[in-house]
Amino acid sequence: MGEKVFITLDGNEAVASVAHRTNEVIAIYPITPASPMGEHADAWAAKGIPNIWGIIPDVVEMQSEAGAAGTVHGSLQAGALTTSFTASQGLLLMIPNLFKIAGELTAFTLHVAARTIATHALSIFGDHSDVMACRGTGFAILCSSSVQEAHDFALIAQVASLESRIPFLHFFDGFRTSHEIQKIEKLQDDVLRAMISEDRIHEHRMRALTPDRPVLRGAAQNPDTFFQAREAGNHFYLECPGKLEAAFRKFEQLTGRSYDLVTYHGDPDASKVLVLMGSGAETAQETVDFLCSKGERVGMIKVNLFRPFPKLAFARALPRNVDRIAVLDRTKEPGSLGEPLYQDVLTALHQAPPELKPNFDNLRIVGGRYGLSSKEFTPAMVHGIYQELSKDEPKQGFTIGIIDDVTQTSLSYDPNFNIEPDEVVRSVFFGLGSDGTVGANKNSIKIIGEQTDNYAQGYFVYDSKKAGAVTISHLRFGPKPIRSTYLIQSANFVGCHQFQFLNKFEMLDRAAEGATFLLNAPYRADEIWDQLPLEVQETLIAKKMRFFVVDAYKVAKEAGLGPRINTVMQTCFFQITAILPGEQASEEIKKAIKKTYGKRGEEVVRRNCKAVDLSLANLHEVQVPAKVTTNRRMPPTIPDEAPDFVKSVTGVMLAGKGDSLPVSAFPPDGTWPLGTTKWEKRNIAQEIPIWDKEICIQCNQCAFVCPHTAIRAKVYDPVLLEEAPEGFQSLTFKGKDFKGQAYTIQVAPEDCTGCRLCVEVCPAKNKENPRFKAINMQSQREHVEVERENFDFFLELPEPHREQIARLDGKGSQFLEPLFEFSGACPGCGETPYIKLLTQLFGDRLLIANATGCSSIYGGNLPTTPYCTNEEGRGPAWSNSLFEDNAEFGLGFRLAVDRQEEVAKALLKELAEPIGPSLVDALLGIDQREEAGIREARSLVADLKKTLLDMDNPKAQRLFDVADYLVRKSVWILGGDGWAYDIGYGGVDHVLSMERDVNLLVMDTQVYSNTGGQQSKATPLGAAAKFAVAGRGIPKKDLGREAMSYDHVYIAQVAFGAKINQTVEAFREAESWHGPSLIIAYSPCVAHGYDLAHSAEQMNIAANSGFWPLYRYDPRKLHAGEAPLKLDSRKPKLPISKFMENETRFRMVQRMDPARYQYLQKEAQRVVNQEYSYLEQLAGIKLPSDQNASESDGAKNK
Amino acid sequence: MNLDTKWLGLSLPHPFVVGASPLVDDMDTVRRLEDGGAAAVIMHSLFEEQILAEELATLGPMDEAREAYGEALDFLPMPDEFSLGPEPYLDHCRQLKEALSIPVIASLNGTTKGGWLRYGKLIQETGVDALELNFYDIPQDASQSSEDIETQFCDIVWELRGILDIPISVKLSPFFTSLPHFALKLEEAGVAGLVLFNRPFEPDYDIENLAGTRTLHLSKSKELLSRLRWCGILSSERSLDLSISGGVHTPADGIKAILSGACTVQLVSAVLEHGAHIFGTLRDGLSEWLEDMDYKSLDQARGALNLSRCPNPEIYKRANYIHLLQSWRGVLEP
Repeated sequence: MGEKVFITLDGNEAVASVAHRTNEVIAIYPITPASPMGEHADAWAAKGIPNIWGIIPDVVEMQSEAGAAGTVHGSLQAGALTTSFTASQGLLLMIPNLFKIAGELTAFTLHVAARTIATHALSIFGDHSDVMACRGTGFAILCSSSVQEAHDFALIAQVASLESRIPFLHFFDGFRTSHEIQKIEKLQDDVLRAMISEDRIHEHRMRALTPDRPVLRGAAQNPDTFFQAREAGNHFYLECPGKLEAAFRKFEQLTGRSYDLVTYHGDPDASKVLVLMGSGAETAQETVDFLCSKGERVGMIKVNLFRPFPKLAFARALPRNVDRIAVLDRTKEPGSLGEPLYQDVLTALHQAPPELKPNFDNLRIVGGRYGLSSKEFTPAMVHGIYQELSKDEPKQGFTIGIIDDVTQTSLSYDPNFNIEPDEVVRSVFFGLGSDGTVGANKNSIKIIGEQTDNYAQGYFVYDSKKAGAVTISHLRFGPKPIRSTYLIQSANFVGCHQFQFLNKFEMLDRAAEGATFLLNAPYRADEIWDQLPLEVQETLIAKKMRFFVVDAYKVAKEAGLGPRINTVMQTCFFQITAILPGEQASEEIKKAIKKTYGKRGEEVVRRNCKAVDLSLANLHEVQVPAKVTTNRRMPPTIPDEAPDFVKSVTGVMLAGKGDSLPVSAFPPDGTWPLGTTKWEKRNIAQEIPIWDKEICIQCNQCAFVCPHTAIRAKVYDPVLLEEAPEGFQSLTFKGKDFKGQAYTIQVAPEDCTGCRLCVEVCPAKNKENPRFKAINMQSQREHVEVERENFDFFLELPEPHREQIARLDGKGSQFLEPLFEFSGACPGCGETPYIKLLTQLFGDRLLIANATGCSSIYGGNLPTTPYCTNEEGRGPAWSNSLFEDNAEFGLGFRLAVDRQEEVAKALLKELAEPIGPSLVDALLGIDQREEAGIREARSLVADLKKTLLDMDNPKAQRLFDVADYLVRKSVWILGGDGWAYDIGYGGVDHVLSMERDVNLLVMDTQVYSNTGGQQSKATPLGAAAKFAVAGRGIPKKDLGREAMSYDHVYIAQVAFGAKINQTVEAFREAESWHGPSLIIAYSPCVAHGYDLAHSAEQMNIAANSGFWPLYRYDPRKLHAGEAPLKLDSRKPKLPISKFMENETRFRMVQRMDPARYQYLQKEAQRVVNQEYSYLEQLAGIKLPSDQNASESDGAKNK
Repeated sequence: MNLDTKWLGLSLPHPFVVGASPLVDDMDTVRRLEDGGAAAVIMHSLFEEQILAEELATLGPMDEAREAYGEALDFLPMPDEFSLGPEPYLDHCRQLKEALSIPVIASLNGTTKGGWLRYGKLIQETGVDALELNFYDIPQDASQSSEDIETQFCDIVWELRGILDIPISVKLSPFFTSLPHFALKLEEAGVAGLVLFNRPFEPDYDIENLAGTRTLHLSKSKELLSRLRWCGILSSERSLDLSISGGVHTPADGIKAILSGACTVQLVSAVLEHGAHIFGTLRDGLSEWLEDMDYKSLDQARGALNLSRCPNPEIYKRANYIHLLQSWRGVLEP
């Protein structure tokens, strides 16, 4: 054994490190929480880091996991050592190939960061439901429970697979292990080489398909032979556990770390035993140690190899005197007699040889579920299960960690059962994503892990919001390996990096007696006490805590770091905790700063180092008084006027206490009410736009571009101003359609994210001082009181009716009520203005099918929902099926809507007499292409329903149920470029090929935004993205031109920042086209690497440089013999370089390789020139007029 | 005709060189310039301010979205090769040195003392033949005197002189109260040559949008006159090498520059207007003129019309202005 080398890293990197070094081909597709494994491998390959044989692995990103699996399958068949990484739905997409790969007895290891499968809801978090869906594939399934194990098992699985020819699915818990940072012992290359047999690689190569030794594999077999052939591989499975066991032993010789197929831990004579897999086993082991030290006879079995299930090893591992076993599954199989591990344990024991078979007369084996979707699994829960096992008849099919007050499955436990050892230092930090708290804490763990003898662990809880995201960091360190795979319940140190959090989170609940509290506050040490809410004062006194305060924003500003307070808070943490001697701590922090920021420039490093030096002088201890000095309590999370559900469920979730909600609180099918973001007043902006009406030209552009619907325009009867609050501002409207009406631009002060996009697009300037516009960013704190009252009044003002708006253009559209508000999208998001517009134009009759991605997260990630309803209770009906099937999902909406409309029409005709022929004729004859017709149809349907209620006829009831479908519904299919260009393209293409009235809105950010900026086929030439680090070398796919190959699809390419009216026009034309429509909407994104406040200007440059030509392709014109394409942007007048030089994604390439950038820029210029020329010719094309065309609007099916 | 000249100790076959500009960004272009006869190239300036601005502008978008959201801990790749410091500039200096046989002179514009020194040293390490300090600063602080500014500049030269082996020139703006005095101080600090003058961006107004704009027009021959004045004055007193930058478009302009005392002439606008062959045109024009005028060498003509040798030195003095006004009066009076 060589010298031990310790590294501090997370589970994903630990696994990727081995996989990269032991493979030749890596085919992946990004999916949370597995994406970082592929990204690491890609980055290492880009840096030229080879595998242990000196070859740089070929890392390819495919269009889906199905594509990745197919590539893996082919690469394996052709003889390369191949791997992949995935999770959840991605793993499901791989299943067909997994069967094939296993059926062909192929050595292969697939690494899975296990994640919940979407059922009633999507979840990105961890459980074993994905892996369990693969247990019939023929893969061996090996589970690791910690970062060290994940590192080690990544190698051992590879070895065992080569030895056994059984492909291995190596999994570990998503987030809990994949994202947990631990100090581990690194596997050096010599260990990897010693473990992997060259003979087995030779055999793998010899099985390869090659024309030099041709064979056929993958034949179709018939009833006469398939069955026997399927059984022919049995002995490989029988031998697999033994091969794995041998690999474990060899590994032990090389590293000293010992593993087994199953591992028993606890009292050798234990009577009560838990059986489980994964990270929960670490917590169970820690608890068992504690309970045994108290004299309890308990034990646990950690199952490492789940398939082939090692029944002999399991039976041998079980203590002889056991009489109670609880088998814990981190998955749910509704309708089964028990979850998979439970069923296998039962079977294993029943099949055990007589000498190992337990005495079933005395033995009770129960199964239970825990930890779904990363639900916490704590020592208290483990203890609770052991207590349940003490009963004569422990509960069968129990749950732990929730309160099931519906079917009473849950076990109770004492939440105060706390076993965190004293020698472990436990710190919790509450921060904002944007303040850098997590990054600093990751550095802190590495410093502690690498500069002290301590073991260290870091785990980070992220928000579901992208704007103003809250992060909670959990750091532990101590002299022994840390097995606490649960959040810190009893912290020695609590850091609050945002003063406003004191009014939101009861963070000191987590503080231990005598703990230290560090607060970032804009107050001096002698004035801070009185600024604390009562609850905080009480806790500080009651728990006898030490209290420190620092004005981190002041220090960061002084150091030139703006709002980045991470370095300040990190320095204070090291100073207070004295983990390292003061001087050394500062030096190590500075080293970490140089490592983190060195490549981003000396100035950034210098400023951060300055912040280190300034921090200590600004850190002050506050003497905690003996008594509280305030009666001001934390404000309620949700106001009293909120609906009951919002108060009793949403509000609890918002307060960070969702774990306490019982089963009965939830709808059983995932249905959720709309419009709950409005109750969540997040107050995340430091500055908000304030209207200067004297300057305003009433263009409504600010309202149009706002990504969060936090600034709105309204026209209303000036008489209503009599009730207005004092500070409410108003103008007389200038337009003809609302002549004499009052006009107001109003900010939602507590919902604005402060992105400044509205101010940047405002075209009106103060003539005396053009630095000021008609809206200007001003202090939120100074304006929130007045503007809150103004906004409440603004909401009470009636919304104008659609038909009153004479011109439904960019300006007019902003008088329509948005039915999408205050989403959790990033500040400056380029997607959400399109969605808001969609809801304004068609929201009250809109069905949305939303592909998984950013738009499904900010559109439907709890706790709150941004889609909302109008006064009549109508609004968008929204759902997300999957990433890959969204076009088809939306098509299904259309089919269902159309059928129900047909049913309604048929019943109308059938019931014409009793209903009244005039009403029926009116309903059947109404033209609903314009807003007036839709309004009339609604009115007639209301009349119809009244009539139907008086009819005693079963058919009348049936008609009543579907009568609303007589009002035209608008079906929109939303998603990003990852969906439309890549994973869902087959469906997109197919749905476009059909004559159905669906509208596809592709919000093109040109990368996979939600998973962190991986390239898609929409990534433009010259841009750097993950998996295109050197800059994409070929042009993006032209989705619009592909769709033009059909002649019945309405297609528009839009960019609201370039031409607002063209965007609105395209949406309206698409909706009015009774066939398929495709809108490709340019959507600036944080992944482009510039301040999105300037995104509208950048969109304008995109259009004017030809990077993003604007056009509309209308098939209606084809029928009239006209050129179908209208170019809405002029011939490029700016060079493409003007666009590219503004974004880091391009600048990065320029910086890394100027010569390549120059080449790519020239290529990009050529491409945009040619693209524009092509479009220009298409716009001027002469076509013969088709006099015999059936219908000019192409809706033959209508 | 012998057109040999010296600039900062570098021997050049003639005085016409490529001035600091983006012309040198493209390797093909710069090779064409060498083929066209350029005697040396000067890199565009490495702007410390630009480096700082880019570092800070990139920090925000790249860092504020990092480690905030569980599905995307970052949004852009972070390859080791991606750096925001001066490396691309330094790399380009190296590439130019490798690709060209004519001298390569780098240019630097710093904003902090540390920046001037740090980047100066890094630039020298690329192997360039000399360093031009682009002293371009717009004072806006009323508490800062002209002496303060001049002293700061001289200190920078002094300190750079202490750490650099390559010769240093300084490119000045025309807005120094006493240019001869400042030139003397710079010479004492160790400067080997002065370039007259830089042509910074000037603010302009967009009267439609009520906004400021920045413009930089190509130079015209008339701009040469201010250069001739100061080159003529300085060359009569100082032994410093002098170079004229701005306003030389024709052979006659080039000849005038030499007559005022310039060792070299930096060309940018003329190259943009006429292409690389301008070097040949100016060189040949100068050569023909020297022959026509019976000069034996370039050195013989250099400074022939400077303040100390000009037959009518009053053209350099204020009286010159009054005289001109008087002649105008004569025209305007009935």
